[in-house]
Amino acid sequence: MIRIPCPYCGTRDEVEFHCGGDAHIVRPGPEVSDAEWADYLFNRENPRGVHYERWCHVFGCGQWFNVARDTVTHKFHAVYRMGDPAPELDQ
Amino acid sequence: MKGYSAFSLVRNALGGHRFWKPVWRTPELKKSYDVVIIGAGGHGLSTAYYLAKKHGIRNVAVLEKGFIGGGNTGRNTQVTRSNYFWPQSAAFFDHALKLYENLGRDINFNVMLSQRGVLNLAHSHHELETMRRWANAIRINGIDSELMTPAQIKKLIPLVNLDARFPVYGGFIQPRGGISRHDAVAWGYARAADALGVDIIQQCEVTEFEIANGKVTGVETTRGKIAAKQVSIAVAGNTSVLAAKAGFRVPVTSMALQAMVSEPIKPCLDTMFTSPVIHMYVSQSDRGEIVFGAGADTYTSYAQRGGIPVLEENVAALLELIPAFSRLRLMRQWAGIVDITPDTTPIMGKTPVQNLYISGGWGTGGYKAIPAGGDTMAHTIARDEPHPLIADFGLERFESGALIDEGGASGVAH
Repeated sequence: MIRIPCPYCGTRDEVEFHCGGDAHIVRPGPEVSDAEWADYLFNRENPRGVHYERWCHVFGCGQWFNVARDTVTHKFHAVYRMGDPAPELDQ
Repeated sequence: MKGYSAFSLVRNALGGHRFWKPVWRTPELKKSYDVVIIGAGGHGLSTAYYLAKKHGIRNVAVLEKGFIGGGNTGRNTQVTRSNYFWPQSAAFFDHALKLYENLGRDINFNVMLSQRGVLNLAHSHHELETMRRWANAIRINGIDSELMTPAQIKKLIPLVNLDARFPVYGGFIQPRGGISRHDAVAWGYARAADALGVDIIQQCEVTEFEIANGKVTGVETTRGKIAAKQVSIAVAGNTSVLAAKAGFRVPVTSMALQAMVSEPIKPCLDTMFTSPVIHMYVSQSDRGEIVFGAGADTYTSYAQRGGIPVLEENVAALLELIPAFSRLRLMRQWAGIVDITPDTTPIMGKTPVQNLYISGGWGTGGYKAIPAGGDTMAHTIARDEPHPLIADFGLERFESGALIDEGGASGVAH
């Protein structure tokens, strides 16, 4: 069971949350090539290590937030607001 | 390679099993190979075998960071089927099933294929209508599939609870589908490839690619540099990690998919069945264990263990459909890291790097594809052009938009 630190409610069990995937995708403009558009549509960060991703506390406050989570250990290194840049982590 | 036969079994039994020889070598790593395959799971080993057997390319190394068949090949639930909706998938996966049907003879290793049927249950009129369409599409693809009434299902699976929270309205079966022994597939291909001269190097992790002018020339490993004319990646959940090292991205998300087995009991379930709605699949192994699983954890994970909430859902779904199993103890639970693509179709063929090939994106269904995956990748590597069966499975489909969306056609959402 992962315990997720909701910045609004505190730490809760993973069953209360929904993972929204990759946190910092920027939608490109209409001028981009097919390859760049495909990259935006389909390619996701999929690191073995720290992943910056969105979570929603669906069965709680209903708020979205960002986290930096390790995909091997499931350790949460940082929790930050939607719209904030990804934090620098010392590793 | 000494062939196995009834005679050899009897002779070794009389000798107290003291004289069996190792079935593959532990070769010295050479400085260079014609082809280096990364990953000694089913796909990597079968690719090496067909390269050697059908294309005469025997100067091949299969590099494995762990041990033979220790990744997803040894973690799946052994299901073999070809009940796919789209013609490209159906042709490819039925090629795999046909190869499985003769695999024991081909590689002289009993893979214990048991074509006990793969049954999908429908839990509403609407779902049954969708399944009717799906079952008919499978027949049009030239593959066996039959609709079943609840009474027929009850006869086939006496233990099933038809009046569950979501009652069973019917279903369809692929009689040729079934299960086989996954370790035997890995070991059988390893032994057969080794006998043809392929070097299988375990405990050897690829750390970097050597790429010059957009062309791969070798790999760096934890045991030194190896030059190679061609390199092929077959590493399931770690596909993104290796692709990043080679400088390109792949549209996969790695997730933990878990499965579990109960204590062994007497034979009571002689088919394999799945419910897309209640969401689980189950079969009984030859050892008598009830083998079952369902969905993946819904976040990116490289931890080879599944979350407790999904485990609980799996068990609840199984007990809903077969309440009698509530008395069983769970013996083991584990997870494999599956690489899921947006259209749930694998990614096979060439990559942006010349002479570097990929077989990945297998999601939750790579085991059933192993013989066809190896056969078509061997062809692709030998001729430097995709085998016709996988021509539509390339990375370029994401740019062209020609996706093969099997999401709804695979029984479970993979």
